[in-house]
Amino acid sequence: MKFTLPVIGGLLVAGVLATTATSQDEIDPALATAIEARKAHMRLNAFNLGLLGAMAKGEIEYDAEAAAAAAQNLDALSRMDESRYWQPGTDMETLGKDHTEALEAIWAENSEIGDRAETLTETTAAMTEAAGDGLESLQQAMGPLAKACGGCHEDFRVADDN
Amino acid sequence: MKRILGLLIILALLGGAAFWFLTAPQRADPDLFAGVSGDAERGETIFWAGGCASCHAAPGAKGDDRLVLAGGYRIVSPFGTFVTPNISPSGEGMAGWSVEDLGNALLHGTSPDGRHYYPSFPYGTYQHIEPQDIADLKAFLDTLPPSDTADAPHEVGFPFTIRRGVGLWKRVNMTSDWVLQEATTPELERGRYLVEALGHCAECHTPRDMTGGLDRSQWMAGAPNPSGKGRIPAITPDKLDWSATDIAYYLETGLTPDYDSAGGQMVSVIANMGHLTKEDRTAIAAYLKALPQDG
Repeated sequence: MKFTLPVIGGLLVAGVLATTATSQDEIDPALATAIEARKAHMRLNAFNLGLLGAMAKGEIEYDAEAAAAAAQNLDALSRMDESRYWQPGTDMETLGKDHTEALEAIWAENSEIGDRAETLTETTAAMTEAAGDGLESLQQAMGPLAKACGGCHEDFRVADDN
Repeated sequence: MKRILGLLIILALLGGAAFWFLTAPQRADPDLFAGVSGDAERGETIFWAGGCASCHAAPGAKGDDRLVLAGGYRIVSPFGTFVTPNISPSGEGMAGWSVEDLGNALLHGTSPDGRHYYPSFPYGTYQHIEPQDIADLKAFLDTLPPSDTADAPHEVGFPFTIRRGVGLWKRVNMTSDWVLQEATTPELERGRYLVEALGHCAECHTPRDMTGGLDRSQWMAGAPNPSGKGRIPAITPDKLDWSATDIAYYLETGLTPDYDSAGGQMVSVIANMGHLTKEDRTAIAAYLKALPQDG
């Protein structure tokens, strides 16, 4: 019975590996691709917003043309049809936080998500007017736009301190 | 035997008297507020900087609804769940309070009827507020809409139901010293006041000891979320590598340096901070950058 210990140890390791594998289990590749796509969409938002923010903060010099282009990108992004990213069943409650932080409230009946998306488009439209029109006007348009981002994240993305 | 019993009784009486004496609720010197008159407009800044709406507005209130201070926000803690009271100018709230009453509450955690408030009300921070600012805050609170929501009871168990015991907590945990002792510029002094007297950032960003008091040696070093499962991040300069501009801009817009938006309880904090001047937000950033490394 010399090998009892290694055998038990081996079983334990195998058990741990198996549980780890189940907790990060594979999800339907189609759903995984949809989640990846919406994360990429958010990255593009942040990338374009980042240029406007850097100008607003005074980290880089204001450039009307570049600012206007970034604003137009944001506006175009906010008008894209995103329905294929946000497939039912791709919420955190169903898939776990390793896959997504999107709350199932997005898909709930009477969800305000549609109104929020409209608010975002209103603020990106305002930014396309403001961004090329001088630094001060860009800075002022940042507030409502940032609020539109944050407002939606507050209600529909899991809180980062929870 | 009789003598020992007698001695024990005397000791018990002395102990009881000492407890009674040590735990007595304190009040502010009324002279502090003599001749001080409040300015509601200045008081609005104190209100937002102090973050009153984050706990006293009804849960989930947004925009102008955050000015209706109906209470009802539940602060979950290891000692029980505290439910914030109505502090609107109504019969259910603070109607009839004097400036001194508000001063006793903020500076000493003592209610108008002479009882201890629980330290879920951050008077350990508010004790640093200047009397003029208390009068200004009172003037502003008086302009807000009344709410007739009745207060819900706290959900705490024995021994925390003995309010008198809070007097001991105060003796152990309240100190009038600043954490940042050297505020070398007017900006740092303002930042220190905004953070250590009003903003009560430390209530979440600083870990607590066994009594539930802040561990001031770990100032802003990050802590478990007092009301949740997650962690509140460290914001000392060695841990938070954002520039002062990044911090100030985050407090204004909620945008991080990666252009993500703030989440969790910071959403409400930013809704308050957005009402401050740019100079005040910059002063808070300067204060955080001036903190000692490693808390």
